[in-house]
Amino acid sequence: MSRLYTQDHEWVDVAGDVATVGITDYAQGQLGDVVFVDLPEAGRAVTKGGEAAVVESVKAASDVYAPVSGTVTEANPALTDDPALVNMAPEGDGWFFKLTLSDASELDGLMDKAAYDAFIASL
Amino acid sequence: MADDADLNILPLDGLHRRLGARMVAFAGYAMPIQYDGIIAEHLWTRESAGLFDVSHMGQLLVEGDGAADWLESLAPGDFKALQPHRVRYSLLLADDGGILDDLMVTNTGRSFYLVVNGATKAADIAHMQARLPAGISLHHMDDHALLALQGPAAVTVMSRFDLTPETIDQPAFADLKFMAGARWLWNGVPLGITRSGYTGEDGYEISVPAAHAEALAEALLAHAEVKPIGLGARDSLRLEAGLPLYGHDLSPEITPVEADLSFAISKRRKAEGGFPGAARVLDQLFNGAPRKRVGLAVAGRMPAREGASVWKGERQIGVLTSGGFAPSLGAPIAMAMIETDMAADGTAVEIDVRGKRIAATVVPMPFKQKNYVREGEKK
Repeated sequence: MSRLYTQDHEWVDVAGDVATVGITDYAQGQLGDVVFVDLPEAGRAVTKGGEAAVVESVKAASDVYAPVSGTVTEANPALTDDPALVNMAPEGDGWFFKLTLSDASELDGLMDKAAYDAFIASL
Repeated sequence: MADDADLNILPLDGLHRRLGARMVAFAGYAMPIQYDGIIAEHLWTRESAGLFDVSHMGQLLVEGDGAADWLESLAPGDFKALQPHRVRYSLLLADDGGILDDLMVTNTGRSFYLVVNGATKAADIAHMQARLPAGISLHHMDDHALLALQGPAAVTVMSRFDLTPETIDQPAFADLKFMAGARWLWNGVPLGITRSGYTGEDGYEISVPAAHAEALAEALLAHAEVKPIGLGARDSLRLEAGLPLYGHDLSPEITPVEADLSFAISKRRKAEGGFPGAARVLDQLFNGAPRKRVGLAVAGRMPAREGASVWKGERQIGVLTSGGFAPSLGAPIAMAMIETDMAADGTAVEIDVRGKRIAATVVPMPFKQKNYVREGEKK
């Protein structure tokens, strides 16, 4: 399944009932230098649109929302030692967390890449 | 930026945009928050030289017989003893001793040149106008820009400029000491230059007629040592240097003693008083204040921000007034206003960050050793 995007600049990859979540390249560019990511612990239930993580740049803390509801299975351990991965590889090695989907139908409202690109071009 | 229309535009606006700055609203102006990135700009300033546009700040001239006496009725500095071409840090105080603003005061020999904060300048001017006696004038130099060149290479860069003393009674530029200032001509353009700043580095603040600001900025940026630096790095640099930011670490609810700025109350004023709120401020100075601005070293990597509560066990003892990540230290740091009993260096406290308790320790400021070149020092 191809990557989907939210208007809050999160992305989500879905493989079976497991989703991987991160923030977009546009989002990291807006944040600037990321110095810390406060990630959810495995087992935590998150709801679509609810706070799931906090990304800290030099100047401010920003909430990251869950694109879909589910239970967190893993946070990216690499971000603990190297939060700048979010700047260097936001849509790759800088992923935030994985979760098991509780309601796959929630994916229906998300944007594909073409729609997201058009969305950020309009900002 | 959608709200550009509501913002005041500074003389270097076009230059900032050509240099690729991200512009934000600050103190009612469109200002550059960053160019290459805050960490890179911060580290560049510490190792070379950064050019800051601080034209949003208010530049005021106070002139007339008795100007020093009048300033002493507003602020606790010894302005009567301030020698020509010397600069002092001071505080504009309310009648209850609360801090209305912090400012730099230079004795130009003919007048006093004041630099006040951008967000407070309108209120400062109103406060001063309302108290202005006959025979003293207050002039807002709103036709001038203000640039800051900060960092260890600042002296080398400025030494390449051909600066002619505007008058014969002033020091040669090469002899300009820390916390001193005067006026020079550069290609016929009058520049008011002080050796001072807000980064903890050696450097200059340069007042320039707005019409010549861009030419001066371009001339400074033409040197390989100099890069433009935004407000983001200005904030992280001043935080590392332990320098308070008005509206955050300082406010009308905070006195000079609570702000740990008692050094700004001159010796003679401590003995004589006679400044706004002197009874309360001097009582705190001699008998202690209930709370104090301190530095906190924050454990781990998670930054703690302004507004976070500070705890000792189950008791809240204060609140963060500034906080963030210190690029030169690679760690989070903060300033807090906490109970004086808990303010001793080495005291272990906790900060509440989103419901988590983060360990922190009261530490002396500056967090990062300052690189000022004071009089008598060689460097």
